[in-house]
Amino acid sequence: MTNPPTPQSGSPDKEPASEAQAAQNALGNTERAEVATEPDRSVAKPGPEPEPKPSLGRLFLDNLWAANTFTVTLLSLVLAIVVGAVLMIISDPEVLSTYSYITSRPSDAINSSWTLVSEAYANLFKGSVFDPEAFSGWLDGANGWQAVLAPISETLTYAAPLVFTGLSVALAFRGGLFNIGAQGQATIGVIMAALAGFLLPLPPGLHLLVAVLAGALGGAIWGFIPGILKARAGAHEVINTIMLNYVATYFLTWLIVQNGVQDPNRTDAISKAVDTSAQLPRLLGDNLRVHAGILLAVLATWAVAWLLNRSTLGFELRAVGANPDAARTAGISVTRTYILIMVFAGILAGLGGSNMVLGSTASALTPLVVAQIGFDGILVALLGRVKPWGVLLAALLFGALQAGGNRMQSYSGISLELVTVLQALIVIFIAAPALVKAIFQLRAARAARLQTSLAKGW
Amino acid sequence: MSTMAVPDIAVAPVDEGFWTRSRKVGLTLLALGLLSAVLFGALATDQQARFTLSDDAAGAALEINGTIGAILFGIITIAAGAALLAGVPKRWFLPVLGVGLVAFVLSFLCWQVSAAPAGQNFMPLVNIIRGTFILALPLIFGALAGVLCERSGVVNVAIEGQLLMGAFSGALFGSISGSVWVGLVAAAIGGAFISLLLAVFAIRYLVDQVVMGIVLNLLAVGVTGFLYERLMQTDAAKYNSAPRFSNWEIPLLKDIPVLGPALFRGNIFLYLGLLLVLVIHIGLFRTRWGLRTRSVGEHPIAADTLGVKVLRVRYRNVLLAGVVAGIGGASYTLALYSFTKNMIGGKGFIALAALIFGRWNPTGALLAALFFGFADQLATYLGAINSVIPSQFLAMLPYLATILAVAGLVGRVRAPAADGKPYIKG
Amino acid sequence: MEPGEIHALLGENGAGKSTLMNVLYGLYQPDEGEILVDGKPLKLKGPSDAIGAGIGMVHQHFMLVPVFTVAENIMLGAEQVRGGIAGFLDRRRARREVTEVSERYNLRVDPDAVIEDLPVGIQQRVEIVKALTRDVDLLILDEPTAVLTPQETEELLTVMRSLKAAGKSIVFITHKLGEVKAIADRITVIRRGKTVGTASPEASRDELAALMVGRNVRLTVDKTPATPGEPVLEVAGLVVDDDRQIRAVDGVDLTVRAGEVLGVAGVQGNGQTELIEAVMGLRPVLAGTISLAGDRIDGWKPKKVLRAGVGYVPEDRSVDGLVKEFSVAENLVLDIYDRPPFGAGLALKPDAIAASAKERIEQFDVRTSSADAAVGTLSGGNQQKVIVARELSRPLKLLIAAQPTRGVDVGSIEFIHSQIIHERDIGTAVMVVSSELDEVIGLADRIAVMYRGRIIGIVGPDTPREEIGLLMAGISPDAAQERNTDAVPGDGPATDGGPASDPGSASEDEA
Repeated sequence: MTNPPTPQSGSPDKEPASEAQAAQNALGNTERAEVATEPDRSVAKPGPEPEPKPSLGRLFLDNLWAANTFTVTLLSLVLAIVVGAVLMIISDPEVLSTYSYITSRPSDAINSSWTLVSEAYANLFKGSVFDPEAFSGWLDGANGWQAVLAPISETLTYAAPLVFTGLSVALAFRGGLFNIGAQGQATIGVIMAALAGFLLPLPPGLHLLVAVLAGALGGAIWGFIPGILKARAGAHEVINTIMLNYVATYFLTWLIVQNGVQDPNRTDAISKAVDTSAQLPRLLGDNLRVHAGILLAVLATWAVAWLLNRSTLGFELRAVGANPDAARTAGISVTRTYILIMVFAGILAGLGGSNMVLGSTASALTPLVVAQIGFDGILVALLGRVKPWGVLLAALLFGALQAGGNRMQSYSGISLELVTVLQALIVIFIAAPALVKAIFQLRAARAARLQTSLAKGW
Repeated sequence: MSTMAVPDIAVAPVDEGFWTRSRKVGLTLLALGLLSAVLFGALATDQQARFTLSDDAAGAALEINGTIGAILFGIITIAAGAALLAGVPKRWFLPVLGVGLVAFVLSFLCWQVSAAPAGQNFMPLVNIIRGTFILALPLIFGALAGVLCERSGVVNVAIEGQLLMGAFSGALFGSISGSVWVGLVAAAIGGAFISLLLAVFAIRYLVDQVVMGIVLNLLAVGVTGFLYERLMQTDAAKYNSAPRFSNWEIPLLKDIPVLGPALFRGNIFLYLGLLLVLVIHIGLFRTRWGLRTRSVGEHPIAADTLGVKVLRVRYRNVLLAGVVAGIGGASYTLALYSFTKNMIGGKGFIALAALIFGRWNPTGALLAALFFGFADQLATYLGAINSVIPSQFLAMLPYLATILAVAGLVGRVRAPAADGKPYIKG
Repeated sequence: MEPGEIHALLGENGAGKSTLMNVLYGLYQPDEGEILVDGKPLKLKGPSDAIGAGIGMVHQHFMLVPVFTVAENIMLGAEQVRGGIAGFLDRRRARREVTEVSERYNLRVDPDAVIEDLPVGIQQRVEIVKALTRDVDLLILDEPTAVLTPQETEELLTVMRSLKAAGKSIVFITHKLGEVKAIADRITVIRRGKTVGTASPEASRDELAALMVGRNVRLTVDKTPATPGEPVLEVAGLVVDDDRQIRAVDGVDLTVRAGEVLGVAGVQGNGQTELIEAVMGLRPVLAGTISLAGDRIDGWKPKKVLRAGVGYVPEDRSVDGLVKEFSVAENLVLDIYDRPPFGAGLALKPDAIAASAKERIEQFDVRTSSADAAVGTLSGGNQQKVIVARELSRPLKLLIAAQPTRGVDVGSIEFIHSQIIHERDIGTAVMVVSSELDEVIGLADRIAVMYRGRIIGIVGPDTPREEIGLLMAGISPDAAQERNTDAVPGDGPATDGGPASDPGSASEDEA
């Protein structure tokens, strides 16, 4: 992974919780699909029982405390943060030592723990959303407005590729396929985008377009392979996409050191740099890293949302995902749809790969140029409830964790790995709403189950 | 009922006719043979290709002229291919295929060894065999963990995480206690901890098992990486200097030529791994536990109607899988290296590949793991003799082989029928 | 239940027979009431308790592990082991036990055969042996003949008699009157989850049928005589395999004309499903031809067949007919979503879909909270109406309806039947496949009886039920004349010479 400059400051804004709330609002209109994807055993389900009319505020609280998608997401975040705090405390020998005499002087243990945890999470927040010091510094003229926007810029930079890989996984999910291969598709995408970026002598504009499309093409090829194997030979896409991830990685490490690809001035594994004409333009000046990739990501989210819900192709895709037998009986070609799903998923992941080398994260191929965006994309898709706009918001959250994690690492000395832990925990809790409900003793309501129709084995 | 691995695909019935699977494989083998006889024969040099029976260039060796060897073994492959093409009895299929493939590899080696830089035209067999087994070791443990899990109907994509957690807790508690045995137990518990999460979420909370596996891998990478930086990097002497198992020489066996020095002067994990393959194989196919495990993985409802406690069997097997994988992780940190971040580096997924390639069978998984280990070792060897074959392509071999296997090109692979399907009673 | 008694539990599909028996076997927990064994109440927490109490069950869907051998399946759950804690399986003993039991009751099975290689009849035998090795006193057979050929059925009845002679009690769940009369000592009739009466096997078929369906009136459909026109569907020499690559349709010839209903009767599993799937392009045609209004359609993809004006109501609505997660509106356009006015190019037209859904819901009286409700939340009858509404809402040349009213309430049945007849009356060729003989008789203008992949006879709808029943059992009309006193399928069906009557002539019986 490349090490970006550490963000310094931020601006006044909402806290992360309200972000999740926004996620819920966006998800509200597609709630029906969520309910419907639950495995249906009874023929006729009784609707929710009508209750005597409570006051509006009471209703709001009830709804909030019911185990709906929003509450579960919020509480999963809380749980993950708590577990993360425990990890911080037990891994700090100094703080831990105060627990040896907790019965005699509990204040020591509590104070030192609080200092450690609150400072770390404060830095997480300052690095991703808003840093009050930078804001006052701007008012005092000590630093420019860029410093205020830097955290947001970092968050958006990290979020952009995750939007693409998250959409890739989510799209395939909706079609009944589990695309674990976003990592490999992004890898081939990054290779193609970079090659187009430094091998083709094209004018600015066109060069960027060609490089971005080359990335998409690379992903498409890498998605097509498991797609056709699934459609023609019935080979399980989970196995094949896992395997192809590694094939792609080895191909990348081989390619980097080939003549004409490797940077002639370097002996280590790094390729030539992408021409500036093929780089995505920065949005807020050269000091802030946010680039046009995030705009493409929003566009892609809209496109996928349209494709899924408003196009005939999306209809086919969802029908095949929910019930391939019925789709086939209704004249939809299941095999063709499987191939298309994987190609589209590949295109999206490939675009995510392009982002990694055409944006500001890196400009040359290295063995780790793709980072973990493919695997993170799986988490993002799950957190976003496999809905396009949900994926966008989930990617923003993950981007924020990443950006804030950098600051947490350099300011509080808390390793960046904690972010991985938090991300994994959030998704684990979200995937098991029954557990979250049990922990918080929630009123049993329509629990949004994430396992949906995915349990189908090899 | 649910006897097909992928029931939702309508594959048109294949009218096999003349082109049976055996003949198709034969044709492929024939082509490989031609390739090796012609291409490898042409590229090989007149140098003697020496396969020494030791660790280095010294001592007795099997020798053959490079060009002649490459062509000769190529012809053997051609013959095997032709035999399959002509049609051999079914029970001869695998042996003939095996001979053909081994001859192909030998032809390739004759070319490579003879074309190596002067003075390096030898391949130390002891070294290669030992390396193969050492590299295969985590794969063996990992694949066995997969067998235990998936035979009872729980998909185990979390092998990577189980290995990593085992390696980490083995190193941590081994260092703190200063005892390899404490480390070993801790490693088993570490692996079982990941398994416990997998079991609880997959069986109790019905979370999709593949999703859970993927997330658990990330969790294991995160937790071990985080604690590594916080503890092990700040105080390596205290937290990351686990004692190591010394090598155990097995009397008599250690004196077998080639195999003795290669295998029977190794560490406890090698013996343990091979023993586990045997125990699990026998257990699975010869004992009550195995019968129940397999029934739960194939047809849990039937097992339930006969009084088998489906969920209990699954919990137990998933936890056992964690123990096995955890010990596999310790084969790194309690025998070879100190713990480093993400040190398993994808071996868990190769183990998954070995599991599938070995058709969910312990012995098959062992053979697959050895094959993958050999490919890995060969890559190292070829790198050392400056071969024109890029090591990365050899490293891809396990993955490509698995893709071919699941695509049905190398015979049909069938997962346990209920693998990945949560069991809901009633 | 008395020892050595065969007690038949008779009831229509969905009457609650199987549920009752699953409770008895401990798979489901009773909400109320208790089970008495030898006068003592019995609490069954699970199947092992039931086995312990001497109750064995042969399920409708066999509970056999397909990749295990016969011996392994029989051992499972009651393994004989050696070697203490290691628990090595004593295969020799298991094999001996299988052989012993199978010889004692004359149920020959090879203990080393792998289940998935065995024919269905033998698999069922393995199930019975499995129960017997557990020393059961009471054996529950859940719809055991549904999947059997007449010969296998006859063999099963023989086995049941010998079990009875050995003092075992048997509960025999079925909805087939002939078998009940042939073997039962006592009959309990169940309807809608309640016992509605008991009878002795001497009771007449009509009495039993009346008890079972709860009314003396037969299912009748108001319709006028058909006015058949040109042939629409012509099938000649059709050969099709099933999923296991076993021949399912073996040389079928049939014709359906415009404005008539051809009913296809037969015991389930005699190739009806594969026949219609082949017509729909869902299953490859191995030999023979299928023509629609003169065009060869064999080899066409399903979409093209649908587009050519074929409507299709598949037999299993939850598997093939509906996407349960989709809304009613979406399901109403499931096979026409990409044609105007619902789709234009790549775009869907949600407004058109919603408008059309509103119309269909009213027209076909689909009871749903809204057009946006997931179809899985509807009752079975309303789900079926959604399919019928979808298929009948476009101009058709041919309508194929398979089990159109399975698991559907009475009101919906009548509605769906009237819709099918209406479609016939506007000149569509209709083919109705049903395993409910009453439904076929009520709807059809001509009845083709399928047996073992062939059309064994084509008769008019006023042919006596018994005669059709015998045809369904594989006994051709000539033989039927001689044997029509014997309601149970005989052991020597004279199928080979069974001449399919001329398709055209039989329909004249109607008029």
